[in-house]
Amino acid sequence: MEKQEDLMKILKGIFIILLHLALGHLCAGVIGDFIPASVWGMVLLFASLMLGVVKPDDVKTVAHFLTDNMTIFFLPAAIGIMDQWALIKMNLLAWLAVVLISTVLVMLTTGLLQQWLMSITKKKGSDD
Amino acid sequence: MIKEVITSVPVMLCLTVGAYLLGCWVKKKSALSLLHPFLISIPVIIAILWCLDIPCSVYLESNKLITFLLGPCVVSLGLMLYEHRQTIKQFCFSILVTVFVGSAVGVGSVWALCELFKLDDVFFDSLAAKSVTTPIAMDLTSMLGGNVSLAAISVVLCGFSGAIIGPLVLRWAKIKAPVAKGLAMGCASHGLGTARAVEMGALEGAVGGLSIALMGLATSLVVSVI
Repeated sequence: MEKQEDLMKILKGIFIILLHLALGHLCAGVIGDFIPASVWGMVLLFASLMLGVVKPDDVKTVAHFLTDNMTIFFLPAAIGIMDQWALIKMNLLAWLAVVLISTVLVMLTTGLLQQWLMSITKKKGSDD
Repeated sequence: MIKEVITSVPVMLCLTVGAYLLGCWVKKKSALSLLHPFLISIPVIIAILWCLDIPCSVYLESNKLITFLLGPCVVSLGLMLYEHRQTIKQFCFSILVTVFVGSAVGVGSVWALCELFKLDDVFFDSLAAKSVTTPIAMDLTSMLGGNVSLAAISVVLCGFSGAIIGPLVLRWAKIKAPVAKGLAMGCASHGLGTARAVEMGALEGAVGGLSIALMGLATSLVVSVI
């Protein structure tokens, strides 16, 4: 009996996630696709959970399965690089440099900024 | 006849799922946190396609089913945000400011560096979203008109580089606050950075996890402005 209920819960989770993706496509069409449909869907699911329209328990199993195994879903896309290899090979060093330098820059600015913002808000708090 | 069977959809799907399972198995056996399943699956799939002389396009066409699931994957990140809502509430202002500045620096630095190295436009269009988690980065890239495969590979490279040198950079820059460490790892190197942040501590991991979703949203907005 319990097994059957678990399966129904998985189906419910699949339905809720697909529904939010569909609503995301609707938002992208109506409001604007400056935000991709999938990201609209993510925001909508967050909103539904916060508003209590969707119970976290109903989507937990399916959502964790998808996010924990995210790698498998972009393996085919990454394989597509075989067709692009000539382009990369020609600019290999520059490509590596752009990715590495930019990654370190983002890390430094976010880390230092966050630390600084927290230190000033903490000081304000202690003054009160 | 054999060729038709080999290039059929179920066989091509088995190749993807099988290579991923193999990657997970090797990672588990080796117990090395940096030996990501991606590093094993990709060479295995490429080698098999190459040996059997199967064109890349046939493989991609057959794997549309798996690629489709990237959308639901992004939607599921909404639950991740929800699970970290307490942390968001606690540091709401500073985290939002930092994530927006971080995504602007990410997109801006890629633009500047591409100009500096005189790279083709396709590189900027494909690398702009490189600090964002792969499924979102791919959507943003196709919006910009870049190459989705180049984006996927760049995002993974960005993830590995951040996960490997991140702890050194953080120590060198004297970034010690757990929230700042987690945010730096998550903003710069998405899921792979967060996996490393989890090893630093629970708060670092939680902040890293929520910054994956926030960074995706912030970069969408930054990219839409340009």
